[in-house]
Amino acid sequence: MPSTEKKSNSTPVLNNEMRDEIRKYFARYPTRQAVTLPALHVVNKYLRHVPLQAVVEIAELLELSPAQVQDTLSFYGFFPQQAPHGEVRAWVCRSISCALRGGEEVLAHMCAKAKIQPGETTANGKLTLEFGECLGACELAPCMLAGDQLVGHLTAESSEEFLASCGALGTS
Amino acid sequence: MEIDLTNNTPVLLSRIGRPESHTLSDYRADGGYEGLARVLRDMKPEDLIQLIKDSSLRGRGGAGFPTGLKWSFLPKDHPGPIYFCLNADESEPGTFNNRILMEEDPHQVIEGLILACYATRSVTAYYYMRYEYPRAWERLLKALDECYSAGILGKSVLGSGFCLDIFPHRGAAAYICGEETGLIESLEGKRAWPRIKPPFPAVEGVFRKPTVVNNVETVACVKQIVDRGVDWFKSLGVPADPKNPRDPGSYGPKLYCLSGHVERPGCYEAPLGITVHQLVDHFGGGVWKNRHAKAAIPGGISMGLLKADEFDCPLDFAGPGRYGCLGLGTAAVVVMDETVSMVDFLHNSARFFAHESCGQCTPCREGTAWALRMLERIRAGRGRLKDLDLLLEIGDTIGIMPGTTICGLADGAAWPLKNAIRKFRSEFEEYMQRTNPSGYQQTDAVPALSSLSHGGH
Repeated sequence: MPSTEKKSNSTPVLNNEMRDEIRKYFARYPTRQAVTLPALHVVNKYLRHVPLQAVVEIAELLELSPAQVQDTLSFYGFFPQQAPHGEVRAWVCRSISCALRGGEEVLAHMCAKAKIQPGETTANGKLTLEFGECLGACELAPCMLAGDQLVGHLTAESSEEFLASCGALGTS
Repeated sequence: MEIDLTNNTPVLLSRIGRPESHTLSDYRADGGYEGLARVLRDMKPEDLIQLIKDSSLRGRGGAGFPTGLKWSFLPKDHPGPIYFCLNADESEPGTFNNRILMEEDPHQVIEGLILACYATRSVTAYYYMRYEYPRAWERLLKALDECYSAGILGKSVLGSGFCLDIFPHRGAAAYICGEETGLIESLEGKRAWPRIKPPFPAVEGVFRKPTVVNNVETVACVKQIVDRGVDWFKSLGVPADPKNPRDPGSYGPKLYCLSGHVERPGCYEAPLGITVHQLVDHFGGGVWKNRHAKAAIPGGISMGLLKADEFDCPLDFAGPGRYGCLGLGTAAVVVMDETVSMVDFLHNSARFFAHESCGQCTPCREGTAWALRMLERIRAGRGRLKDLDLLLEIGDTIGIMPGTTICGLADGAAWPLKNAIRKFRSEFEEYMQRTNPSGYQQTDAVPALSSLSHGGH
């Protein structure tokens, strides 16, 4: 059968560390399916994306079909599958409070400086730049979430400093 | 009538801004968890439900449903388990009050959550937090560790024999997970498609068991009512309308989020019922740059739009509705000055809802996308007067109010359309005449400029 053949040919992508971390969630929920989102977060934390092979392996761990995991994964648009996101993943807010204070201009400026479009990763893999919908930091507008860091009061200057700090300023 | 703010003292925010406010020791130094200990010792769960019913507390997440009543919908003598979900998926544009509470005073939220679980006889609580709050997440994990070490959570909460676990659960950047049945589906590991009700979560919620979903600020209010009493809570806010037997009133303090074009954006605590003027001028320092206001969102973008001459609108549960808005929502006010184009505002709003529609119901999935494509075309100078009627037709036909969708996301998408076009119609018409002089009167079908753009979560 093609599927078995494919499975046996694929190198596992989940290591024991990831598997143990996922298993720790089992006791928290009455169903294994509820561990889907935590498992996706675990894999994304280590691999910066969740490739299809990881979906298959998560499904095995959770006693689900791969389609069930893929269905949930694809709903969120949060977990990249084709390639890892950058070493830093940053979201620049484009919702109303930030837009009123120049958020969209900052995002356009950053994209021009990093020579990428929203959603893309710089060629050197340092940064993935995305738009975000309301980041819940409207008092700091315009704002950005870069990894675990909330950056407020963004300006053209401060956003360039950020790009430089993560090695994402495009060269021309 | 304006609320007197001379003696306004923050309660929910009383501990905010101190360097150690998020730690258990600092919280306990302020009497934290003493109210919980007293309740566990002296009150039965049904007594606590009655206390919250007596306070007339209404949910702070947006819908304003009476909290005690929601709890009392749980089946009596159920063999269990009953689950509690704390809705910390705050993502309504303009809203950040829960983030402030969770970052600066996580134990206040946890104490309120434990009290709510005790009242509802829940022994497992899921704390569902949106992904975009990493600082609040880190502080929640630390605070939960502190609670387990101190015997505040676990097999016997404060030695009372009441057993409770709180499990943190992290979202993945989807607005719809803040809808309570969307949250439940997401928690179960599925796509966050809201459920058709009934059955309501109190009867059949997460894992097919009775479930209560409450907002972060709501449980913080529970803690304050336990500490300060019903009389204190009802001394704040706006009494029930005697002419409307179904009005439960708007009592207690509220966290107002203020952002946009004001001098001092921020999260401010005031009694329910302050006016937009009071929020903007008393707390926000007025409109920025000595400009004039043009409009404001009254309670998160879903609630619609107030014109500048409607800023006497009281921000209680009944106020914004009298001004044609959807409601109080999250009480997040976003001010727009005289330079803001309503075309730009409505485009921003439509883009948000087109991006966040979960895709389950056709009127919402297609309606929000059509509205966005039309507004992209209008903004690009290809608008026709007819588009305004088409946009209003979408606004009037998507949502749970016209009865075409499962959840209220579409109502939230509809209200900005309806309010912006009905309150600022001449501005849209003038924009079209100016930017599309040869085509604004055209009425035959025209193609969209392009398919919707992608590139974010």
